[in-house]
Amino acid sequence: MNSFFQRKYIVQGIFIAVALVLLARLFYIQVIDKSYFLSANNNVLRKVVIYPARGIILDRKGRILVQNEPVYDLMVIPREVVQFDTLEFLRLVKLDKKGFDKRLTKARNFSPYRASIFEKQLSAQTFAAFQEKLTQFQGFYVQKRSVRRYPDSIASQFFGYINEVVPSDIIKSKGYYKPGDYIGRTGVEKSYEDLLRGQRGVENQMVDAFNRPKGHFAEGAYDTLSVTGKKLISSLDRDIQILGEKLMVNKIGSIVAIEPSTGEILAFVSSPSYDPNLMVGREKGNNYMKLLRNPSNPLFIRPIMAEYPPGSIFKVINALVAQQMGRINAETRFFCPGAYYYGRRGKMGCTHAHGSLTLAQSIQFSCNTYYGNVYKQMIDRSGMRSVNAYRKWYDAVNHFGIGSKLGVDMPNEKKGLLPTAEFYTRHFKSDRWTSTYNISLSIGQGELGITPLQMANVVATVANRGYYYTPHLIRGIGEDHIVKAAYTKKNYSGVDARYYGPVIEGMFGAVNKPGGTAYPIAQIQGIEVCGKTGTVQNPHGENHSVFFAFAPRINPKIAIAVVVENAGYGAVWSAPIASLMIEQYLRGKITRPKYYTDRLYNANLLPGHKAKQKAAPRKQTDSIPKIEIKPIVPVTTKSIAPHDQST
Amino acid sequence: MINQRSPFFNVDWILILIYLSLCTIGWFNIHAAVYDPLFPGIMDMNTNYGKQFMFIISAIILGVVILLLDSKFFSTFSPVFYGITLLLLVLVLIVGRNVGGNQAWIPIGSFRLQPSEFAKFSTCLILAHYISSTTLKMNEFKMIGICVILLLIPTSLIMLQPDTGSALTFTSLVFALYREGLSGYILVIGAILITLFVLTLVINKFLLVGIIIGLTLLVLFVFRESRRHVQPILVSIAVGIAFIFCVNFAYQNILQTHQRNRIDVILGKLDDPRGQGYNLNQSKIAIGSGGLWGKGYLQGTQTKYDFVPEQSTDFIFCTVGEEWGFVGSLVVVSLYLIMLLRIVNIAERQRASFSRIYGYGVASILFFHFFINIGMTIGLVPVIGIPLPFLSYGGSSLWSFTILLFILLKLDSNRMGVI
Repeated sequence: MNSFFQRKYIVQGIFIAVALVLLARLFYIQVIDKSYFLSANNNVLRKVVIYPARGIILDRKGRILVQNEPVYDLMVIPREVVQFDTLEFLRLVKLDKKGFDKRLTKARNFSPYRASIFEKQLSAQTFAAFQEKLTQFQGFYVQKRSVRRYPDSIASQFFGYINEVVPSDIIKSKGYYKPGDYIGRTGVEKSYEDLLRGQRGVENQMVDAFNRPKGHFAEGAYDTLSVTGKKLISSLDRDIQILGEKLMVNKIGSIVAIEPSTGEILAFVSSPSYDPNLMVGREKGNNYMKLLRNPSNPLFIRPIMAEYPPGSIFKVINALVAQQMGRINAETRFFCPGAYYYGRRGKMGCTHAHGSLTLAQSIQFSCNTYYGNVYKQMIDRSGMRSVNAYRKWYDAVNHFGIGSKLGVDMPNEKKGLLPTAEFYTRHFKSDRWTSTYNISLSIGQGELGITPLQMANVVATVANRGYYYTPHLIRGIGEDHIVKAAYTKKNYSGVDARYYGPVIEGMFGAVNKPGGTAYPIAQIQGIEVCGKTGTVQNPHGENHSVFFAFAPRINPKIAIAVVVENAGYGAVWSAPIASLMIEQYLRGKITRPKYYTDRLYNANLLPGHKAKQKAAPRKQTDSIPKIEIKPIVPVTTKSIAPHDQST
Repeated sequence: MINQRSPFFNVDWILILIYLSLCTIGWFNIHAAVYDPLFPGIMDMNTNYGKQFMFIISAIILGVVILLLDSKFFSTFSPVFYGITLLLLVLVLIVGRNVGGNQAWIPIGSFRLQPSEFAKFSTCLILAHYISSTTLKMNEFKMIGICVILLLIPTSLIMLQPDTGSALTFTSLVFALYREGLSGYILVIGAILITLFVLTLVINKFLLVGIIIGLTLLVLFVFRESRRHVQPILVSIAVGIAFIFCVNFAYQNILQTHQRNRIDVILGKLDDPRGQGYNLNQSKIAIGSGGLWGKGYLQGTQTKYDFVPEQSTDFIFCTVGEEWGFVGSLVVVSLYLIMLLRIVNIAERQRASFSRIYGYGVASILFFHFFINIGMTIGLVPVIGIPLPFLSYGGSSLWSFTILLFILLKLDSNRMGVI
């Protein structure tokens, strides 16, 4: 020991102080500061999303309408890319040098260590060619995804389409969707998005410092499996859907067929249409823009969005409502001198001087005069003021699903137009108006807007004699064939079943009896079709051809509405189209002669198409209304409305 | 009579126990660092932990051999060890193998010898030998000069490799010199210079000079009654200001780029977690993610998946921090602290000044490694590539630390005798 013994404590003190500093620092970064924990997870965990296949969609007989097809996203991890034959690569992937550089820079900016999509949705062919040489291109790999495929290229508006989510979708879904996800935009894809999309799986993959996969975190305890989207069984019948789309080629309009006993939509044709496969794949964007710019607007879903005055098919409703109101009965006769005269100089023309007609005959011949009288009976002779009687009439018509949304399981449904009493009071600046002020409503013209779906629903109600099921597109979900409860509930029309008899009798006559407006063009040997023609005045061009029908008369299986725009009389185009659809559905085949079907297939009724085929010789003309009052609101074809696009 | 005694007669078992604990902890952590869950495999002699197992066994044998030797052997042959070490340090510059920019290894068969590791104990020995045998006093200029020369020769040779980290080790021997009578002002001045160095790099040097002058004037004003201190204060202030201006020059011109970068990273002047700061950032993530209790043995993702470079050697503490958490860190730091305090106590109980000086040398060198190594993994000091004693992977370092420690144990076991 020497005199510096005390210095031991200084040295030991320094040792202790330094150890305490180290421990304090360790305590801070290990216990207090939690950010290192997150950084460590960032380092090592890669959440790999396992995309489920979207649910497939079948037709009512189990035939595949929408399936999935694998496509291949080309992925790149920029850090792992080494020198390679760029020319060969560009040739295989069909890119130019500029696009290549741009993509690689973008990926590098995203992260040099992590995979990003280099090119989306390589086709199977490109993939096959590329796969062979994949080993030459280090840092690139291919990730499988599935896209929609429509084997029959039908029912595009029915299914709708899917595309990538945009930021607003992500916000709206509260973060469920992630950039790059797909979402249903229209049609069934949208309304059943929650079921179709399935459930994403997540794999918590661990990687080392070189981004090499090192197995699953915690032996996969936190991984979730992806669940394939639910299979949907649609109500469509593939055969009549194909037939309907074929018949509607080069025509603008809609076909909606409903199974009256269930409300299931059997056919949903919107024309002009497009191949749904166009909305898939690398060319999707371009195709979409083309469709958007197409003047006849194929993206417009006519069966639920186009509103037309119904024309003479509306007489069916007036006949039913008037009976229920007690204003007429089956035996009520009105005399037709060839026109309905009203007011001081009012005159509503009729096609013929029909003479004295019963209710059934009035439907069969589609007599305007008869319905002028019926309407007058309901509005002016009910023992109350016309405006109040109109309110009752309004409610009764509204019960048929007119003027309000039916609630079909598809987005963008329009409610149509059924003017209220207040509307007329406002318009005439007085509530002292009478039936003569809006007599055109008696024959379905004027300020009425009804969608083809609503038309089909009305005829389904007639077929059911008093009720309808909410029309719907999906009859089963998954393996369980669950139908939503809302679709099994009967909606009553408010008109008693006994009043349907004479109307159906008249509709039967219209198709099957000489003098009927659709006789014999819509007649089918061995099947009792009941129908009603309509011709919608169109101030912009040729009248629209409308026909609705159901069959067979006893125990109806199909109710159908057909609208062909700018095609003229209902009997000329719509009735035969409906007739073929009915036969195909009930018989599984068509027994008509070739000239009959060819005329329909080959007709070009697009506006501006001069070489319009003229109608085959007609036995009987439809009622051509010559209304001398001007329609107050020109509710005609609102069909070319801008399509609501969220993209 | 003496020769018949057990080699473990009178040895300090506490120190041996701590030594064995640290070796064991080291081995398990090396195993964890190289463990690959995809290939868990059994003990393999070709892996780092397999080799380390052999190193530990041979180090223990080496330790026992040292205990068997006569304690006079070390004091007598100190100059010989020193000479051999210097020779090896020259040799390594000629025939050495260059690994990672450092010409530090002499290949002998499949095995590589690192002379700079052995310079540690031989320098301690020569210092102890010289100071204990001279009649000069520590505050004499000649004495200090010779000590500095003895330190400077191995330091310079190691700097030529260049291995700055190992070279810096010898500065720690200032603690041993301090214990033997070196003025305490040296330590204070050293601390002030380090502080000034850091401050110069962090804040504007003119601002710094302004602050220093301001403080000086304040001090002079407060003690204006006593004129005695004016002159030394003014001189030291002048030296300090000169130092500040030298720092910048030295920093820009003498330090190498990577050294400058490491200092910049620590000082927060350089934020480059993917480049220059990668090691430090990953090391902090690994240790910081350990939490209080750690992720468990072999569960450390950061070390297991190679995010931390050099993780079985210089950054072995990351594995400790990640898998054993703060509790594990506390245990390891405590073991080192107990070891250091114990060594100082042992040194103080020696009758022979040679043993005492040597003991302080051992404590100084172990302390330096302990502080710099753990400090760099948690961002307290710049990254300096020196191993953590007994824990880091590597034969040379384990053997040299073992020799360092066991010579002390041997000297201590013979503390009652005369050397």
